[in-house]
Amino acid sequence: MKKPELLVTPKSIPHIKELIEAGADAFVIGEQKFGLRLAGEFSIDEVKEATQIIHEAGKKVYVSCNALFHNDRIDALDEYLKQLQQIGPDAILFGDPAVLMSVREFGITIPLHWNPETTATNWFQVNYWGERGAKRAVLARELSLDEILEIKENSKYEIEVQVHGMTCMFQSKRKLLGNYFLYRGEVMEIENRKENKNMFLHDKERNNKYPIYEDLNGTHIFSPNDICLIDELTEFFEAGIDSLKIDGILQTEEYITTVTSLYRQAIDAYFDEGEDTYDEIKDELFEKIKAIQPPLRPLDTGFIYKETVY
Amino acid sequence: MLQLIENESIRETINGKRIITKKPELLAPAGSLEKLKVAVHYGADAVFIGGQEFGLRSNADNFTIEEMREGVEFAKKYGAVIYVTTNIFAHNENMAGLEEYLRAIADVGVKGIIVADPLIIETCKRVAPELEIHLSTQQSLSNWKAVKYWKSEGLDRVVLAREVGAEEIRLIKEKVDIEIETFVHGAMCIAYSGRCVLSNHMTARDSNRGGCCQSCRWDYDLYENVNGEEKPLFNEGDAPFAMSPKDLKLIESIPHMIELGIDSLKVEGRMKSIHYVATVISVYRKVIDSYCADPENFKIKREWLEELDRCANRATASAFFEGEPSYKQQMFGFHAKKPEWDFAGFVFDYDEETQMVTLQQRNYFKTGDTVEFFGPEIDTFTMTVGQMWNEENEPIEVANHPLQIVKFKVEKPLHRYNMMRRKNK
Ligand code: SF4
Repeated sequence: MKKPELLVTPKSIPHIKELIEAGADAFVIGEQKFGLRLAGEFSIDEVKEATQIIHEAGKKVYVSCNALFHNDRIDALDEYLKQLQQIGPDAILFGDPAVLMSVREFGITIPLHWNPETTATNWFQVNYWGERGAKRAVLARELSLDEILEIKENSKYEIEVQVHGMTCMFQSKRKLLGNYFLYRGEVMEIENRKENKNMFLHDKERNNKYPIYEDLNGTHIFSPNDICLIDELTEFFEAGIDSLKIDGILQTEEYITTVTSLYRQAIDAYFDEGEDTYDEIKDELFEKIKAIQPPLRPLDTGFIYKETVY
Repeated sequence: MLQLIENESIRETINGKRIITKKPELLAPAGSLEKLKVAVHYGADAVFIGGQEFGLRSNADNFTIEEMREGVEFAKKYGAVIYVTTNIFAHNENMAGLEEYLRAIADVGVKGIIVADPLIIETCKRVAPELEIHLSTQQSLSNWKAVKYWKSEGLDRVVLAREVGAEEIRLIKEKVDIEIETFVHGAMCIAYSGRCVLSNHMTARDSNRGGCCQSCRWDYDLYENVNGEEKPLFNEGDAPFAMSPKDLKLIESIPHMIELGIDSLKVEGRMKSIHYVATVISVYRKVIDSYCADPENFKIKREWLEELDRCANRATASAFFEGEPSYKQQMFGFHAKKPEWDFAGFVFDYDEETQMVTLQQRNYFKTGDTVEFFGPEIDTFTMTVGQMWNEENEPIEVANHPLQIVKFKVEKPLHRYNMMRRKNK
């Protein structure tokens, strides 16, 4: 059996170094102009620097281009892809087929990962985008364990699954926070809070808290709980899921680093010492995460064991 | 307002007059066979319906294959066509039965499917190549390069994201030769379609398989988290945070859309009543026809706008077509608006000799009420309801049973499918 990759989302260049220490195998970086909901913002120069650092450490770096593009960003996208080709990261993430078209047009040789988030729901699509150049698919977070395993079994390409962190549940192009303040005549609030990512919506009926922020791509709303599967990894290991992702969006660097080192321990325990060792330590690892969990962020297992109807 | 640029490629000179000969298709929603017939009768060129599988709107009354056949036959008499929405993002468990289903749709004469998942696109190409394939708005298609991609995959038409504006459409049309469909009227998502799973989280219903509970229409309280302390960002009495969009209404942009060369104008609302479908379709029909017949002298008539208002129960706005929508295009605080008129009766028959109408009750009305009749064959008129009779020809004063048959005298001639509204007091 092959060890799955442990994929993380750094917030800064110094953070990348810490995460390498903590045992991360791969990194997702990029900037909001091209990638959606990134934990950190990396300019093209920083992408270059980060790629160097990560490659020197023998790790992998993926650059996100999975935004929904409008016409006005296509030229910039093309430029960006050409620059990336120079820099040479290990993969480009995409959701919009415009990226695929540009990659073909400019002879970009960097491999693609298909990551449209919510719509990656069946193995046919994984193979479809695979045949068109995506070496890997990042699955929707709204799938059950059985669905994930069945996709892995039937697809010819690498599969990445998020095992930790919050997930996006809504993206609007509209500036919904700004609009709310404008409606109330509080123009100043918009300026004051532009960079703030500490707001949340309270759903009184469910007593849930949903983080919300605005950026270039519109308004984003996040899940009320953080997924945490550190003690549920056996089936992913057995199925040979290729990459396990920790999404650190809206978390601190220290938090992401600690969580990364705990998942490192979990993976190593299973593969270096055996299933029994993993079984022995997994509850303890879970408790360690629980101990550093921010008070407003309860843990759960996402949709892994949840049934959805329609 | 955006500047309207005349498009020579859609015009011809006929009898010395420049008129528009490339008319866009008017595409109507229908959640039942009855709605389909009404849509076609009131002027739709095409109707989109849902089957019992693979479509969003799992609550809407969907069509059986037999009903689709009947719908196709009915539409054919008017030269209209039917599309079937199969726009879910399938999960593994939804994959079975797809081939048979697509075959069956094609066999009853449906013209095309509206689809988002490449699984369904590829299966359709393989087993039912005679069906047109239209890319659903669920793919949130927002740029010309992505449109080019779907063109290269052999699709016949794309429905653009609702977030795409007029100038963006112009460029897409310029760069790619493919049919474009856009929304002109009806309720809409405030999220990018396909990118909202609020209902999955809040109610365990999958929005990308038709389970959306419109969680975006609920009220929320906005807080900020300052070092672990929760601070409300609202005061006592403030309207709560809301992200409910006003319904789309682009009637005044229709000339612009025609000049852009858009191929299909889509009205949303498969769950809406026949009254809604009839009203909206007949108004858009008039706008498209009058503009194309005489673009120089075209003017939006007040009566069209008033007519549209008769079936509106939510405020309306133009969304992204004319630019980025502001807060004024959302609804805060109290939302519901009582329509001025209720749909009260559906005409089944009219006897010219006795001047008696036979209609089916669709809402309470009584002798003495002011009512209005409308339909494609008649000029809208109002009158006061006199003596009424029921199906057994017994005199009645009130029609208070849903779907009961009612007869009374109407001096002007009426036709099957005409509708009656009653003024709300
Ligand atoms: S909750 Fe609102 S935005 Fe989300 S899918 Fe439903 S209608 Fe669309």
